[in-house]
Amino acid sequence: MNEDTAMNTLEMVTSGRVEEAVEHRTAFDDAIIQVRGLSVRYNARYAIKDISIDFGRNQITAIIGPSGCGKSTLLRSLNRMNDLIPGAVVEGKVLYRGIDVYSKEVDPVALRSRIGMVFQRPNPFPMSIFDNVAFGLRVNGIKLSKDELYRKVKEALEKAALWEEVKDRLDAHAYSLSGGQQQRLCIARALAVEPEVLLLDEPTVSLDPISTAKIEELLISIKKDYTIIIVTHNMLQAARVSDYTAVMMPDENLVGRLIEFGPTKEVFTRPRDRRTEAYIAGRIG
Amino acid sequence: MASKSIYRRRLINRIVQSAFLFASLVSTAALVVIFFTLTAESMSFFTNVSVIEFLTGTKWTVLFADKHFGILPLLNATLITSAIAVAFATPVGLAAAIYMSEYAGKRARNLIKPVVETLSGIPTVVYGYFALYFVTPQVLRGLIPDLGIHNALAVGLMIGVLILPIVASLSDDAMRSVPEDLRLAAYSLGARKYQVVLKVIVPAALSGIVASVILAFARAMGETMIAAIAGGFRPILSFDVREAMQTMPSYIAQVATGDAPHGTIEYQSLFAVGLFLLLITAALNFIGIRVVRRWEIRY
Repeated sequence: MNEDTAMNTLEMVTSGRVEEAVEHRTAFDDAIIQVRGLSVRYNARYAIKDISIDFGRNQITAIIGPSGCGKSTLLRSLNRMNDLIPGAVVEGKVLYRGIDVYSKEVDPVALRSRIGMVFQRPNPFPMSIFDNVAFGLRVNGIKLSKDELYRKVKEALEKAALWEEVKDRLDAHAYSLSGGQQQRLCIARALAVEPEVLLLDEPTVSLDPISTAKIEELLISIKKDYTIIIVTHNMLQAARVSDYTAVMMPDENLVGRLIEFGPTKEVFTRPRDRRTEAYIAGRIG
Repeated sequence: MASKSIYRRRLINRIVQSAFLFASLVSTAALVVIFFTLTAESMSFFTNVSVIEFLTGTKWTVLFADKHFGILPLLNATLITSAIAVAFATPVGLAAAIYMSEYAGKRARNLIKPVVETLSGIPTVVYGYFALYFVTPQVLRGLIPDLGIHNALAVGLMIGVLILPIVASLSDDAMRSVPEDLRLAAYSLGARKYQVVLKVIVPAALSGIVASVILAFARAMGETMIAAIAGGFRPILSFDVREAMQTMPSYIAQVATGDAPHGTIEYQSLFAVGLFLLLITAALNFIGIRVVRRWEIRY
Protein backbone atom coordinates (compact mmCIF):
# COMPACT_ATOMS: atom_id res chain seq x y z
CA MET A 1 0.00 0.00 0.00
CA ASN A 2 2.73 2.42 0.98
CA GLU A 3 4.77 1.39 -2.00
CA ASP A 4 1.81 1.94 -4.29
CA THR A 5 1.29 5.42 -2.93
CA ALA A 6 4.93 6.24 -3.37
CA MET A 7 4.80 4.96 -6.95
CA ASN A 8 1.72 7.03 -7.67
CA THR A 9 3.35 10.15 -6.33
CA LEU A 10 6.45 9.44 -8.36
CA GLU A 11 4.34 9.07 -11.49
CA MET A 12 2.57 12.30 -10.78
CA VAL A 13 5.84 14.14 -10.42
CA THR A 14 7.30 12.67 -13.55
CA SER A 15 4.25 12.80 -15.84
CA GLY A 16 1.15 14.96 -15.97
CA ARG A 17 1.80 16.97 -12.87
CA VAL A 18 4.95 18.55 -14.09
CA GLU A 19 3.13 20.09 -17.02
CA GLU A 20 0.65 21.65 -14.70
CA ALA A 21 3.52 22.97 -12.61
CA VAL A 22 5.15 24.44 -15.66
CA GLU A 23 1.91 26.18 -16.42
CA HIS A 24 2.02 27.75 -12.96
CA ARG A 25 5.60 28.74 -13.35
CA THR A 26 4.79 30.94 -16.31
CA ALA A 27 3.31 33.29 -13.76
CA PHE A 28 6.78 34.03 -12.43
CA ASP A 29 10.03 34.46 -14.19
CA ASP A 30 11.65 34.13 -10.87
CA ALA A 31 10.03 31.75 -8.44
CA ILE A 32 12.00 31.29 -5.23
CA ILE A 33 10.08 28.26 -4.00
CA GLN A 34 8.56 25.68 -6.31
CA VAL A 35 6.36 22.98 -4.89
CA ARG A 36 5.89 19.89 -7.02
CA GLY A 37 3.41 17.10 -6.34
CA LEU A 38 3.66 17.62 -2.60
CA SER A 39 1.74 15.31 -0.27
CA VAL A 40 2.09 15.24 3.49
CA ARG A 41 0.66 12.52 5.66
CA TYR A 42 0.64 12.01 9.40
CA ASN A 43 1.12 8.25 9.73
CA ALA A 44 -1.42 6.88 7.24
CA ARG A 45 -3.66 9.93 7.07
CA TYR A 46 -3.02 12.44 4.31
CA ALA A 47 -3.34 16.10 5.34
CA ILE A 48 -2.54 17.49 1.89
CA LYS A 49 -2.16 15.72 -1.40
CA ASP A 50 -0.59 16.48 -4.72
CA ILE A 51 0.08 20.19 -4.43
CA SER A 52 2.07 22.11 -7.01
CA ILE A 53 2.55 25.83 -6.65
CA ASP A 54 5.20 28.50 -7.16
CA PHE A 55 6.01 31.35 -4.84
CA GLY A 56 7.42 34.41 -6.55
CA ARG A 57 10.32 36.44 -5.26
CA ASN A 58 9.36 39.62 -3.38
CA GLN A 59 5.69 38.78 -3.65
CA ILE A 60 3.21 38.28 -0.89
CA THR A 61 1.31 35.06 -1.43
CA ALA A 62 -1.73 34.37 0.71
CA ILE A 63 -2.91 30.83 1.33
CA ILE A 64 -6.57 30.84 2.26
CA GLY A 65 -9.16 28.17 2.92
CA PRO A 66 -11.42 26.79 5.61
CA SER A 67 -10.09 25.23 8.84
CA GLY A 68 -8.53 21.83 8.35
CA CYS A 69 -7.73 22.29 4.68
CA GLY A 70 -4.00 21.80 5.27
CA LYS A 71 -2.85 25.44 4.91
CA SER A 72 -0.50 25.22 7.87
CA THR A 73 0.76 21.81 6.81
CA LEU A 74 1.72 23.21 3.42
CA LEU A 75 3.43 26.18 5.06
CA ARG A 76 5.36 24.02 7.50
CA SER A 77 6.57 21.71 4.79
CA LEU A 78 8.36 24.62 3.09
CA ASN A 79 10.98 25.04 5.83
CA ARG A 80 10.80 21.45 7.12
CA MET A 81 9.07 22.30 10.37
CA ASN A 82 7.03 19.15 9.72
CA ASP A 83 10.18 17.18 10.54
CA LEU A 84 9.47 17.95 14.19
CA ILE A 85 6.07 16.26 14.15
CA PRO A 86 6.31 12.53 14.86
CA GLY A 87 4.76 10.47 12.08
CA ALA A 88 4.86 13.21 9.46
CA VAL A 89 5.91 11.95 6.03
CA VAL A 90 6.52 14.22 3.07
CA GLU A 91 6.22 13.02 -0.54
CA GLY A 92 6.96 15.09 -3.61
CA LYS A 93 9.31 18.01 -3.89
CA VAL A 94 9.86 21.43 -2.46
CA LEU A 95 12.49 23.31 -4.44
CA TYR A 96 14.09 26.33 -2.82
CA ARG A 97 16.31 28.12 -5.34
CA GLY A 98 16.14 24.93 -7.37
CA ILE A 99 17.36 22.69 -4.55
CA ASP A 100 15.09 19.99 -3.18
CA VAL A 101 14.88 20.87 0.52
CA TYR A 102 14.08 17.24 1.36
CA SER A 103 17.21 15.86 -0.27
CA LYS A 104 19.83 14.35 2.02
CA GLU A 105 22.32 17.12 1.41
CA VAL A 106 20.06 19.79 2.85
CA ASP A 107 20.50 20.63 6.52
CA PRO A 108 17.04 21.54 7.85
CA VAL A 109 18.54 23.80 10.52
CA ALA A 110 20.43 25.86 7.94
CA LEU A 111 17.33 25.90 5.74
CA ARG A 112 15.23 27.41 8.53
CA SER A 113 17.61 30.31 8.92
CA ARG A 114 16.92 31.12 5.25
CA ILE A 115 13.17 30.55 5.49
CA GLY A 116 11.91 32.15 8.70
CA MET A 117 8.57 31.62 10.37
CA VAL A 118 6.04 33.47 12.51
CA PHE A 119 3.33 31.57 14.35
CA GLN A 120 -0.35 31.97 15.18
CA ARG A 121 0.07 32.97 18.78
CA PRO A 122 2.82 35.43 19.66
CA ASN A 123 5.52 33.25 21.19
CA PRO A 124 8.38 35.42 22.38
CA PHE A 125 10.99 33.69 24.52
CA PRO A 126 10.93 34.41 28.26
CA MET A 127 13.82 36.86 28.05
CA SER A 128 14.41 40.52 27.27
CA ILE A 129 13.21 42.24 24.09
CA PHE A 130 16.81 42.59 22.92
CA ASP A 131 17.71 38.97 23.61
CA ASN A 132 14.63 37.79 21.74
CA VAL A 133 15.69 39.58 18.58
CA ALA A 134 19.35 38.60 19.03
CA PHE A 135 18.50 34.92 19.63
CA GLY A 136 18.66 33.80 16.00
CA LEU A 137 21.93 35.64 15.37
CA ARG A 138 23.48 34.08 18.44
CA VAL A 139 22.41 30.48 17.77
CA ASN A 140 23.51 30.70 14.17
CA GLY A 141 27.02 31.26 15.42
CA ILE A 142 27.46 34.57 13.62
CA LYS A 143 30.34 36.37 15.26
CA LEU A 144 29.31 39.96 15.79
CA SER A 145 30.74 42.79 17.82
CA LYS A 146 28.45 44.34 20.40
CA ASP A 147 27.82 47.32 18.13
CA GLU A 148 27.04 45.18 15.10
CA LEU A 149 24.66 43.05 17.11
CA TYR A 150 22.91 46.16 18.40
CA ARG A 151 22.68 47.54 14.89
CA LYS A 152 21.13 44.35 13.54
CA VAL A 153 18.65 44.16 16.40
CA LYS A 154 17.72 47.79 15.80
CA GLU A 155 17.28 47.20 12.07
CA ALA A 156 15.05 44.21 12.64
CA LEU A 157 12.92 46.09 15.15
CA GLU A 158 12.63 49.01 12.73
CA LYS A 159 11.48 46.74 9.92
CA ALA A 160 8.94 45.22 12.25
CA ALA A 161 7.67 48.73 13.11
CA LEU A 162 8.40 48.20 16.78
CA TRP A 163 11.59 50.19 17.32
CA GLU A 164 9.94 53.47 18.30
CA GLU A 165 7.87 51.74 20.95
CA VAL A 166 10.66 49.75 22.60
CA LYS A 167 13.91 51.66 21.95
CA ASP A 168 14.02 52.92 25.56
CA ARG A 169 13.39 49.54 27.14
CA LEU A 170 15.23 46.91 25.17
CA ASP A 171 16.13 45.19 28.45
CA ALA A 172 12.49 44.89 29.52
CA HIS A 173 11.01 41.40 29.56
CA ALA A 174 9.28 40.48 26.32
CA TYR A 175 6.15 39.55 28.24
CA SER A 176 5.71 43.17 29.32
CA LEU A 177 4.65 43.95 25.74
CA SER A 178 1.06 43.84 24.48
CA GLY A 179 -0.07 40.95 22.27
CA GLY A 180 0.28 42.99 19.08
CA GLN A 181 3.73 44.22 20.11
CA GLN A 182 4.75 40.66 20.96
CA GLN A 183 3.77 39.49 17.51
CA ARG A 184 5.76 42.29 15.89
CA LEU A 185 8.65 41.27 18.15
CA CYS A 186 8.34 37.74 16.77
CA ILE A 187 8.47 39.16 13.25
CA ALA A 188 11.56 41.20 14.20
CA ARG A 189 13.11 38.07 15.69
CA ALA A 190 12.54 36.18 12.44
CA LEU A 191 13.84 39.09 10.31
CA ALA A 192 17.01 39.51 12.38
CA VAL A 193 18.38 36.25 10.96
CA GLU A 194 18.04 37.90 7.52
CA PRO A 195 16.06 35.16 5.85
CA GLU A 196 15.01 35.33 2.24
CA VAL A 197 11.53 33.98 2.80
CA LEU A 198 9.16 34.70 5.66
CA LEU A 199 6.36 32.25 6.42
CA LEU A 200 3.49 33.52 8.55
CA ASP A 201 0.90 31.12 9.95
CA GLU A 202 -2.23 33.15 10.70
CA PRO A 203 -0.14 35.81 12.43
CA THR A 204 -3.01 38.11 13.36
CA VAL A 205 -5.63 35.60 14.41
CA SER A 206 -5.22 36.42 18.12
CA LEU A 207 -4.86 40.20 17.67
CA ASP A 208 -7.18 43.21 17.72
CA PRO A 209 -7.95 45.13 14.48
CA ILE A 210 -5.45 47.94 15.16
CA SER A 211 -2.58 45.54 15.81
CA THR A 212 -3.66 43.54 12.77
CA ALA A 213 -3.56 46.64 10.58
CA LYS A 214 -0.07 47.48 11.83
CA ILE A 215 1.19 44.04 10.93
CA GLU A 216 -0.42 44.14 7.50
CA GLU A 217 1.22 47.52 6.85
CA LEU A 218 4.61 46.28 7.91
CA LEU A 219 4.34 43.19 5.69
CA ILE A 220 3.70 45.40 2.67
CA SER A 221 6.59 47.67 3.68
CA ILE A 222 9.14 44.82 3.87
CA LYS A 223 7.97 43.07 0.70
CA LYS A 224 10.77 44.63 -1.34
CA ASP A 225 13.33 42.69 0.69
CA TYR A 226 11.53 39.43 1.39
CA THR A 227 9.31 36.82 -0.13
CA ILE A 228 6.30 36.47 2.10
CA ILE A 229 3.87 33.59 2.35
CA ILE A 230 0.98 34.13 4.71
CA VAL A 231 -1.64 31.63 5.78
CA THR A 232 -4.88 33.26 6.82
CA HIS A 233 -8.50 32.39 7.01
CA ASN A 234 -9.36 36.05 6.89
CA MET A 235 -10.23 36.60 3.23
CA LEU A 236 -10.22 40.38 3.57
CA GLN A 237 -6.69 40.18 4.88
CA ALA A 238 -5.63 38.13 1.89
CA ALA A 239 -7.28 40.67 -0.41
CA ARG A 240 -5.60 43.59 1.38
CA VAL A 241 -2.02 42.39 1.56
CA SER A 242 -1.34 39.75 -1.04
CA ASP A 243 -0.24 39.79 -4.66
CA TYR A 244 -1.12 36.15 -5.23
CA THR A 245 -3.68 33.98 -3.56
CA ALA A 246 -3.85 30.22 -3.26
CA VAL A 247 -7.11 28.64 -2.19
CA MET A 248 -7.12 25.27 -0.48
CA MET A 249 -10.11 23.09 0.23
CA PRO A 250 -10.55 19.67 1.81
CA ASP A 251 -11.84 17.03 -0.62
CA GLU A 252 -14.45 14.38 0.18
CA ASN A 253 -11.84 12.44 2.19
CA LEU A 254 -10.91 15.60 4.12
CA VAL A 255 -7.55 15.73 2.37
CA GLY A 256 -6.40 19.27 1.62
CA ARG A 257 -6.13 20.19 -2.06
CA LEU A 258 -5.05 23.30 -3.90
CA ILE A 259 -8.09 24.33 -5.92
CA GLU A 260 -7.14 27.77 -7.15
CA PHE A 261 -4.05 29.87 -7.54
CA GLY A 262 -3.48 33.16 -9.29
CA PRO A 263 -3.13 36.91 -8.88
CA THR A 264 -5.22 37.98 -5.90
CA LYS A 265 -7.43 40.30 -7.93
CA GLU A 266 -8.34 37.52 -10.33
CA VAL A 267 -8.97 34.98 -7.63
CA PHE A 268 -11.34 37.32 -5.85
CA THR A 269 -13.12 38.74 -8.89
CA ARG A 270 -13.04 35.93 -11.43
CA PRO A 271 -12.42 32.64 -9.59
CA ARG A 272 -12.08 29.66 -11.87
CA ASP A 273 -13.30 27.07 -9.39
CA ARG A 274 -16.92 27.05 -8.23
CA ARG A 275 -15.80 26.16 -4.71
CA THR A 276 -13.58 29.26 -4.57
CA GLU A 277 -16.53 31.38 -5.54
CA ALA A 278 -18.65 29.74 -2.87
CA TYR A 279 -15.92 30.12 -0.26
CA ILE A 280 -15.36 33.78 -1.03
CA ALA A 281 -19.09 34.41 -0.95
CA GLY A 282 -19.15 32.81 2.49
CA ARG A 283 -21.08 29.69 1.56
CA ILE A 284 -18.22 27.33 2.52
CA GLY A 285 -15.92 27.49 5.51
CA MET B 1 -42.06 10.96 49.35
CA ALA B 2 -40.26 13.37 47.01
CA SER B 3 -39.42 15.82 49.77
CA LYS B 4 -38.07 13.01 51.91
CA SER B 5 -35.69 11.92 49.20
CA ILE B 6 -34.51 15.51 48.66
CA TYR B 7 -33.91 15.81 52.40
CA ARG B 8 -31.87 12.61 52.35
CA ARG B 9 -29.80 13.68 49.41
CA ARG B 10 -29.09 17.04 51.03
CA LEU B 11 -27.98 15.26 54.16
CA ILE B 12 -25.67 12.96 52.23
CA ASN B 13 -24.27 15.98 50.44
CA ARG B 14 -23.45 17.60 53.77
CA ILE B 15 -21.89 14.47 55.21
CA VAL B 16 -19.70 14.00 52.14
CA GLN B 17 -18.63 17.62 52.24
CA SER B 18 -17.75 17.43 55.94
CA ALA B 19 -15.79 14.24 55.42
CA PHE B 20 -13.62 15.94 52.79
CA LEU B 21 -13.22 19.02 54.95
CA PHE B 22 -12.15 16.85 57.89
CA ALA B 23 -9.60 15.00 55.76
CA SER B 24 -8.10 18.24 54.56
CA LEU B 25 -7.91 19.52 58.13
CA VAL B 26 -6.00 16.46 59.39
CA SER B 27 -2.73 17.50 57.76
CA THR B 28 -3.11 21.11 58.88
CA ALA B 29 -3.95 19.98 62.39
CA ALA B 30 -0.94 17.66 62.46
CA LEU B 31 1.36 20.55 61.57
CA VAL B 32 -0.16 22.78 64.25
CA VAL B 33 0.06 20.08 66.93
CA ILE B 34 3.65 19.25 66.03
CA PHE B 35 4.63 22.88 66.07
CA PHE B 36 3.04 23.56 69.47
CA THR B 37 4.42 20.41 71.08
CA LEU B 38 7.90 21.25 69.87
CA THR B 39 7.54 24.84 71.01
CA ALA B 40 6.19 23.92 74.45
CA GLU B 41 9.01 21.48 75.24
CA SER B 42 11.57 23.81 73.70
CA MET B 43 10.38 26.51 76.10
CA SER B 44 11.51 24.47 79.07
CA PHE B 45 14.80 23.82 77.27
CA PHE B 46 15.38 27.52 76.73
CA THR B 47 14.70 28.32 80.39
CA ASN B 48 17.89 26.33 81.10
CA VAL B 49 19.92 27.29 78.03
CA SER B 50 20.13 30.74 76.50
CA VAL B 51 19.07 31.10 72.88
CA ILE B 52 22.38 32.85 72.18
CA GLU B 53 24.39 29.90 73.45
CA PHE B 54 22.19 27.50 71.50
CA LEU B 55 22.61 29.39 68.22
CA THR B 56 26.28 30.39 68.51
CA GLY B 57 27.88 27.66 70.64
CA THR B 58 30.42 25.47 68.87
CA LYS B 59 30.19 22.52 71.27
CA TRP B 60 27.31 20.06 71.53
CA THR B 61 28.01 17.79 74.48
CA VAL B 62 24.52 17.23 75.81
CA LEU B 63 25.09 13.53 76.44
CA PHE B 64 28.27 14.09 78.45
CA ALA B 65 28.87 15.25 82.01
CA ASP B 66 30.27 18.64 80.95
CA LYS B 67 27.26 19.88 78.99
CA HIS B 68 27.44 22.44 76.20
CA PHE B 69 24.46 23.32 74.07
CA GLY B 70 25.79 24.90 70.88
CA ILE B 71 23.81 23.72 67.84
CA LEU B 72 26.50 24.73 65.33
CA PRO B 73 28.23 21.31 65.09
CA LEU B 74 24.89 19.64 64.27
CA LEU B 75 23.80 22.45 61.94
CA ASN B 76 27.18 22.41 60.21
CA ALA B 77 27.03 18.64 59.65
CA THR B 78 23.48 18.92 58.34
CA LEU B 79 24.38 21.71 55.92
CA ILE B 80 27.54 19.95 54.71
CA THR B 81 25.85 16.62 54.00
CA SER B 82 22.88 18.38 52.37
CA ALA B 83 25.19 20.53 50.25
CA ILE B 84 27.04 17.44 49.04
CA ALA B 85 23.71 15.80 48.28
CA VAL B 86 22.45 18.78 46.29
CA ALA B 87 25.79 19.21 44.53
CA PHE B 88 25.45 15.61 43.36
CA ALA B 89 21.72 15.54 42.67
CA THR B 90 21.40 18.85 40.81
CA PRO B 91 23.61 18.21 37.78
CA VAL B 92 22.70 14.52 37.53
CA GLY B 93 18.99 15.12 38.15
CA LEU B 94 18.84 18.02 35.73
CA ALA B 95 20.65 16.05 33.03
CA ALA B 96 18.26 13.14 33.57
CA ALA B 97 15.31 15.53 33.39
CA ILE B 98 16.60 17.06 30.15
CA TYR B 99 17.01 13.58 28.70
CA MET B 100 13.53 12.48 29.76
CA SER B 101 11.72 15.60 28.61
CA GLU B 102 13.65 16.48 25.44
CA TYR B 103 15.51 13.49 24.09
CA ALA B 104 13.90 10.23 25.19
CA GLY B 105 11.21 8.72 23.04
CA LYS B 106 7.89 7.91 24.61
CA ARG B 107 8.90 4.31 25.35
CA ALA B 108 12.26 5.18 26.86
CA ARG B 109 10.60 7.84 29.00
CA ASN B 110 7.92 5.50 30.23
CA LEU B 111 10.68 3.11 31.25
CA ILE B 112 13.10 5.57 32.85
CA LYS B 113 10.77 7.83 34.80
CA PRO B 114 9.22 5.11 36.98
CA VAL B 115 12.69 3.66 37.65
CA VAL B 116 14.01 7.07 38.72
CA GLU B 117 10.97 7.63 40.89
CA THR B 118 11.42 4.23 42.51
CA LEU B 119 14.72 5.49 43.92
CA SER B 120 12.81 7.69 46.34
CA GLY B 121 10.60 4.77 47.35
CA ILE B 122 13.50 2.67 48.65
CA PRO B 123 13.48 2.68 52.47
CA THR B 124 16.23 5.06 53.56
CA VAL B 125 17.52 2.53 56.07
CA VAL B 126 18.59 0.48 53.04
CA TYR B 127 20.49 3.47 51.69
CA GLY B 128 22.07 3.90 55.12
CA TYR B 129 23.64 0.47 55.37
CA PHE B 130 24.44 0.52 51.64
CA ALA B 131 26.49 3.67 52.31
CA LEU B 132 28.13 2.14 55.37
CA TYR B 133 28.90 -1.34 53.99
CA PHE B 134 29.37 -0.64 50.27
CA VAL B 135 29.87 2.98 49.25
CA THR B 136 32.46 3.85 51.90
CA PRO B 137 34.58 0.67 51.91
CA GLN B 138 34.18 -0.47 48.29
CA VAL B 139 33.98 2.78 46.34
CA LEU B 140 35.15 5.84 48.23
CA ARG B 141 38.10 4.23 50.04
CA GLY B 142 39.54 3.40 46.63
CA LEU B 143 39.73 7.13 45.97
CA ILE B 144 40.35 8.40 49.51
CA PRO B 145 42.26 5.74 51.49
CA ASP B 146 42.14 7.53 54.87
CA LEU B 147 38.35 7.84 54.82
CA GLY B 148 36.68 7.11 58.14
CA ILE B 149 34.19 4.25 58.23
CA HIS B 150 31.62 6.81 59.30
CA ASN B 151 31.97 9.92 57.18
CA ALA B 152 30.02 12.92 55.89
CA LEU B 153 30.97 12.33 52.27
CA ALA B 154 29.23 8.96 51.95
CA VAL B 155 26.20 10.33 53.79
CA GLY B 156 26.00 13.32 51.44
CA LEU B 157 26.37 11.24 48.28
CA MET B 158 23.81 8.70 49.46
CA ILE B 159 21.30 11.42 50.33
CA GLY B 160 22.11 12.81 46.88
CA VAL B 161 20.89 9.57 45.32
CA LEU B 162 17.80 9.72 47.52
CA ILE B 163 16.86 13.25 46.41
CA LEU B 164 17.85 12.72 42.77
CA PRO B 165 14.26 11.77 41.82
CA ILE B 166 12.92 15.00 43.36
CA VAL B 167 15.17 17.10 41.13
CA ALA B 168 14.75 14.89 38.07
CA SER B 169 11.01 14.44 38.30
CA LEU B 170 10.05 18.03 39.16
CA SER B 171 12.48 19.50 36.62
CA ASP B 172 11.13 17.12 33.99
CA ASP B 173 7.60 18.32 34.74
CA ALA B 174 8.76 21.94 34.59
CA MET B 175 10.47 21.49 31.23
CA ARG B 176 7.61 19.56 29.73
CA SER B 177 5.21 22.32 30.68
CA VAL B 178 7.20 24.79 28.58
CA PRO B 179 4.84 25.51 25.67
CA GLU B 180 5.55 23.72 22.40
CA ASP B 181 5.32 27.17 20.76
CA LEU B 182 8.67 28.17 22.21
CA ARG B 183 10.39 25.06 20.89
CA LEU B 184 8.96 25.65 17.42
CA ALA B 185 9.98 29.31 17.52
CA ALA B 186 13.55 28.35 18.39
CA TYR B 187 13.73 25.72 15.66
CA SER B 188 12.29 28.14 13.12
CA LEU B 189 15.17 30.51 13.84
CA GLY B 190 17.71 27.87 12.91
CA ALA B 191 18.57 26.67 16.41
CA ARG B 192 19.99 23.17 16.87
CA LYS B 193 18.42 20.85 19.39
CA TYR B 194 21.02 21.41 22.13
CA GLN B 195 20.58 25.17 21.69
CA VAL B 196 16.82 24.87 21.95
CA VAL B 197 17.23 22.89 25.16
CA LEU B 198 19.94 24.99 26.81
CA LYS B 199 18.91 28.45 25.64
CA VAL B 200 15.13 28.22 25.64
CA ILE B 201 13.73 25.23 27.52
CA VAL B 202 15.97 25.30 30.58
CA PRO B 203 15.71 29.09 31.10
CA ALA B 204 11.95 28.95 30.59
CA ALA B 205 11.67 26.18 33.17
CA LEU B 206 14.16 27.77 35.58
CA SER B 207 11.66 28.61 38.30
CA GLY B 208 10.53 24.99 38.45
CA ILE B 209 14.11 23.74 38.39
CA VAL B 210 15.21 26.07 41.21
CA ALA B 211 12.16 25.09 43.22
CA SER B 212 12.98 21.41 42.74
CA VAL B 213 16.51 22.01 44.07
CA ILE B 214 15.24 23.92 47.10
CA LEU B 215 12.70 21.23 47.91
CA ALA B 216 15.39 18.58 47.46
CA PHE B 217 17.66 20.52 49.82
CA ALA B 218 14.93 20.67 52.46
CA ARG B 219 14.37 16.95 52.08
CA ALA B 220 18.12 16.31 52.39
CA MET B 221 18.32 18.30 55.64
CA GLY B 222 15.63 16.18 57.19
CA GLU B 223 17.06 12.81 56.14
CA THR B 224 17.63 10.73 59.24
CA MET B 225 18.46 7.07 58.71
CA ILE B 226 21.31 7.55 56.21
CA ALA B 227 22.97 10.13 58.47
CA ALA B 228 22.41 8.05 61.61
CA ILE B 229 23.79 4.80 60.14
CA ALA B 230 26.60 6.04 57.91
CA GLY B 231 27.49 9.37 59.52
CA GLY B 232 28.30 8.33 63.04
CA PHE B 233 27.20 9.94 66.32
CA ARG B 234 29.99 12.44 66.60
CA PRO B 235 28.81 16.00 67.19
CA ILE B 236 32.03 17.80 66.30
CA LEU B 237 32.33 21.08 64.42
CA SER B 238 34.48 20.13 61.47
CA PHE B 239 34.69 20.83 57.77
CA ASP B 240 36.52 17.63 56.90
CA VAL B 241 34.04 15.47 54.99
CA ARG B 242 36.22 12.38 55.56
CA GLU B 243 35.28 12.45 59.21
CA ALA B 244 32.21 11.27 61.08
CA MET B 245 29.68 14.02 61.73
CA GLN B 246 26.33 14.05 63.46
CA THR B 247 23.47 15.86 61.77
CA MET B 248 20.43 17.26 63.56
CA PRO B 249 18.06 14.44 62.57
CA SER B 250 20.74 11.91 63.43
CA TYR B 251 21.05 13.40 66.95
CA ILE B 252 17.30 13.22 67.41
CA ALA B 253 17.29 9.58 66.29
CA GLN B 254 20.11 8.71 68.66
CA VAL B 255 18.52 10.28 71.72
CA ALA B 256 14.95 9.32 70.93
CA THR B 257 15.86 5.66 70.51
CA GLY B 258 17.97 5.71 73.69
CA ASP B 259 16.56 6.25 77.14
CA ALA B 260 16.56 9.95 77.84
CA PRO B 261 14.15 10.20 80.79
CA HIS B 262 11.18 12.53 80.49
CA GLY B 263 11.90 16.03 81.82
CA THR B 264 15.68 15.85 81.63
CA ILE B 265 17.69 18.38 79.62
CA GLU B 266 18.65 15.63 77.15
CA TYR B 267 14.98 14.97 76.53
CA GLN B 268 14.17 18.65 76.15
CA SER B 269 17.09 19.20 73.76
CA LEU B 270 15.35 16.87 71.28
CA PHE B 271 12.51 19.31 70.94
CA ALA B 272 14.76 22.34 70.59
CA VAL B 273 16.70 20.65 67.79
CA GLY B 274 13.46 19.43 66.22
CA LEU B 275 11.92 22.90 66.31
CA PHE B 276 15.06 24.42 64.82
CA LEU B 277 15.05 21.86 61.99
CA LEU B 278 11.36 22.41 61.36
CA LEU B 279 11.84 26.18 61.14
CA ILE B 280 14.73 25.88 58.68
CA THR B 281 12.97 23.43 56.38
CA ALA B 282 9.74 25.42 56.57
CA ALA B 283 11.69 28.54 55.62
CA LEU B 284 13.27 26.70 52.69
CA ASN B 285 9.88 25.53 51.47
CA PHE B 286 8.56 29.06 51.82
CA ILE B 287 11.48 30.42 49.79
CA GLY B 288 10.91 27.70 47.20
CA ILE B 289 7.31 28.75 46.75
CA ARG B 290 8.30 32.42 46.56
CA VAL B 291 10.90 31.64 43.90
CA VAL B 292 8.30 29.88 41.78
CA ARG B 293 5.84 32.75 42.17
CA ARG B 294 8.32 35.51 41.46
CA TRP B 295 9.77 33.91 38.35
CA GLU B 296 6.58 32.33 37.23
CA ILE B 297 6.11 32.90 33.55
CA ARG B 298 2.79 34.10 32.27
CA TYR B 299 2.34 31.96 29.23
